[in-house]
Amino acid sequence: MQVFYFLIETIIKCVVVFACLMLSVAYLTWLERKVLGHIQIRFGPNRCGPFGLLQPFSDGIKAFFKEDLIPGSADKPVFVLAPMIAIISAISMFAVIPFGNQFTLPGTDYVVKLRIADIDIGLLYVFGIASLGEFGIVLGGWASGNKYGLTGSLRAAAQMISYEVALGLSIVGVILLSQSLRLTEIVALQAGGFWHWNIIYQPAAFVFFIVCALAEINRTPFDMPEAESELACGFNIEYSSMKFALFFMAEYAHMITVASIAVTLFLGGWQAPLPFLEFIPGVFWFGAKVFILIFFFIWQRGTFPRLRYDQIMKFGWKVLFELTLINILITAFVMLLKG
Amino acid sequence: MKLPDIDLYLIAPEIIITVFGFLVLLVDVFAPKGEKKGYLGVLSLLGVAIAFFYTLPLVGTGKTGFVEMFAADGFAIFFKITILIIAFLTLLISIGYAPREGIGFGEYYALILFATFGMMLMAAGTHLIIIFLGLETMSISIYVLAGMLRGDQKSVESAFKYFLLGAFATGFLLYGIAFLYGATGSLYLKNIASYIGSKNLLNHPMLLMSLAFLTIGFGFKIASVPFHMWTPDVYEGAPTSVTAFMATGVKAAGFSALLRVFFTALPAFQPDWTSIMWLIAVATMTFGNIIAISQNNIKRMLAYSSIAHAGYILVAFVAGNKLGTSGILFYLMAYAFMNLGAFTCVILLGKKGEENTLITDYAGLGFKYPLLAASMTVFLLSMAGIPPLGGFMAKFYVFSAAVEAKFYWLAVLGMINSAISVYYYLRVTVLMYFREPEREITGLSFSPAPTLALILALIGTFYLGIFPSNVLSFAQKSIAGLM
Amino acid sequence: MAENFGILFQWLIFLGMAFVSIVASLLVITRKNPIHSALFMVLTLLCVAVLYILLYSPFIAIIQVVVYAGAIVMLIVFIIMLLDLEVELRSKMKVVYSKIVGVFLALLFLFGLLYSVVAKPPTGEIGSLTPDRMANNVKTVGESLFTDYVFPFEISAILLTVAIIGAVILSKKRT
Repeated sequence: MQVFYFLIETIIKCVVVFACLMLSVAYLTWLERKVLGHIQIRFGPNRCGPFGLLQPFSDGIKAFFKEDLIPGSADKPVFVLAPMIAIISAISMFAVIPFGNQFTLPGTDYVVKLRIADIDIGLLYVFGIASLGEFGIVLGGWASGNKYGLTGSLRAAAQMISYEVALGLSIVGVILLSQSLRLTEIVALQAGGFWHWNIIYQPAAFVFFIVCALAEINRTPFDMPEAESELACGFNIEYSSMKFALFFMAEYAHMITVASIAVTLFLGGWQAPLPFLEFIPGVFWFGAKVFILIFFFIWQRGTFPRLRYDQIMKFGWKVLFELTLINILITAFVMLLKG
Repeated sequence: MKLPDIDLYLIAPEIIITVFGFLVLLVDVFAPKGEKKGYLGVLSLLGVAIAFFYTLPLVGTGKTGFVEMFAADGFAIFFKITILIIAFLTLLISIGYAPREGIGFGEYYALILFATFGMMLMAAGTHLIIIFLGLETMSISIYVLAGMLRGDQKSVESAFKYFLLGAFATGFLLYGIAFLYGATGSLYLKNIASYIGSKNLLNHPMLLMSLAFLTIGFGFKIASVPFHMWTPDVYEGAPTSVTAFMATGVKAAGFSALLRVFFTALPAFQPDWTSIMWLIAVATMTFGNIIAISQNNIKRMLAYSSIAHAGYILVAFVAGNKLGTSGILFYLMAYAFMNLGAFTCVILLGKKGEENTLITDYAGLGFKYPLLAASMTVFLLSMAGIPPLGGFMAKFYVFSAAVEAKFYWLAVLGMINSAISVYYYLRVTVLMYFREPEREITGLSFSPAPTLALILALIGTFYLGIFPSNVLSFAQKSIAGLM
Repeated sequence: MAENFGILFQWLIFLGMAFVSIVASLLVITRKNPIHSALFMVLTLLCVAVLYILLYSPFIAIIQVVVYAGAIVMLIVFIIMLLDLEVELRSKMKVVYSKIVGVFLALLFLFGLLYSVVAKPPTGEIGSLTPDRMANNVKTVGESLFTDYVFPFEISAILLTVAIIGAVILSKKRT
């Protein structure tokens, strides 16, 4: 019967995580508009419900009932497929992230661990899914049959391939330290206060990771594929209604996932920052850290201008790539000296 | 977790070649721009020479290393010496040729060194992964080298054709290796042989399938019929120095891997592959020679002639005895000298923007450049198998091996083919001495490096023809560990 | 009971993935639109990755996804998008002599493969990497790469360097 319990447990966890993620995505759109508004000395959405809190729902309803347009020159199957790929990859990345410690089900001795899957190749899984997710954006732009869309997706493909390399290299330092690709193990090694977190040992790698991750999820200052002012929204220019909403949701879900991975790898995952705070459940700490990172993402969007495309590519290949390699070399060397 | 014993002396030649490959690249990057970079070639030559002197102490040690994946037995050493000689002569030619054609930058020399590295691994690997990686390193370098002349459509065609067909053939080779692994559970050549012996897997279809795939994969690299289609176009289009390197180096390395895999891992299947290889050998010889007759471009002619030579070598392979195997080793060394020599002559006859590769361009060469014509004649006669040149002794060993193994028909067909080949080799000679030049070829420059290569090739061809016993006895000693 | 369930589950996954991968690979070669072909290739590669997982090799599976599906096909798609697609679409599928020969050879090849694998099962020695040793898959792969296979590993580093140098030299602007 163990198998069936396991199946039921996994299904429940999947549903809960999915629901939380979608809700977070909805409110992330609200948060972003609110924070950006305040940065630019505006109010942001404030008409729909108190503080505009119902805004995401009204947006959602609008997306549902809008007319679904498919351009005549579009490649129909691919056009429909692209947003699906984007959202599926963004959500399924969450499967390996440990978002809390374990607890015993009250009244039984059944232990529930707060992660969906604990696999040996956890970190590689994240990369695999992320690399598949790129297809969503690239195909979306191509299938629209629109020159802006195509340009956007070409930029996206080149940028993502380039930054994927540096992204992968930036976390090698962490893997070296923790000797495992299993995310639960990486988190477990950072227990016992913030001075055990990987960010203390790998501060440079953290910065590289954040920079590459921003490029990977096409956030400002690397939002080349969209670039409203020059490409008129880029790859999703021809998308409307729910398909557009899916791209939109995928982008925010990606943001949450990337923040979660950064937290897991560098900021101790669900571990409390100070030992005496451990009585507060791990889920809280996890959520708080992810929130801080996401706030940072929004904050820097309000601050930095968009970079020029050739500068982005040059920076990726000629600066970040080398820096991450040097970081690996130094980490390996220090580990060799320490034995 | 325990590291295997690492004996760096064992792979010293490979390490030196690699290090010099990277050194050439780095020097090219940091050297002042705009000046002629002849020293890059000299630096690579130095690397090959040092590697050569690190190869010599390994003679006779018969050591293996890296969990027995890598052998420095006599067989490997003989081939390494051949390959290093080929690389040395190729680099000497290149110092004259590459700057003339505008490809004399660091990457050119580095890629030749890396290809040499791959070839050496093919000769020394006793584990199929090493052999495969060596083959890939060699092939990728050569694909790129063939397409170096980017402004020339023929060069681009050559690289592209070679790459596409080469990748296809590599696929077959890899399939063969996978089947071999599936049937025996090992990639060590020796373990494969002993496993086949102990479990009596003689007619297992998986092994027969893998035998067929391996034949296709290696057959492509050594340009045997019917896997030769790429040869003329690729040889014609590639830069001439690279063609020379391909015709000799790739062939030698391909044969080394073929011999090693078939004789060490699959000796139990000798009756099977003998009959296939018999057909391939005859087809290769005949096809190469007959088509070579009608060629009017010297590079294409030499390409078909190189197909024919692969056929002669396969004769010895079919014979499968000691004399035949050492004959192959001898043949490849002799072929290296005479073919590189012939290509050096081809290069010396050309100049910037004027390749002069038509056979009619050779008319009257004997009066204008007597020494060049004389050496070209020597190389062509050696390839035709006229005593007292190296090519004659090579063919002699190959055919007598076939006779010794009672493949009389094969030997007879080989000799008939040899006779056919005399026709087209002599045609060039006749043109050079008995025909008035059709047009003036002027302004040839005999720079020192290719001239030195020419002299070395001449010495080698004569030496192997007049004193063959030294090299042959060395070859006979070398194959001791193989069979 | 639970064990049987697991085996049934494995079989179902295997059959499903095998079927999808065969159909997808057929679609790869029959689609006229190269982008569609590339997408079906991704699907094939993903199915094969799942088969690797069934063989207790999650590391190979995920590398297959990252390298082939993620990187290589992405580059293929990138190249196709840069080229003019219309020409490719307009060229009619002609039944020509070479195509018939090709189909015949492919069938012969398939028959050979089936015969050699199905007629007599593979006889290879069973390796030391049993499923329970593969539980720590990444560690096992990593260790063998850096101990027994350290020499091939280093060679492949040089091989990749050569490939990069080659790609750069063939594509860069020459001064």
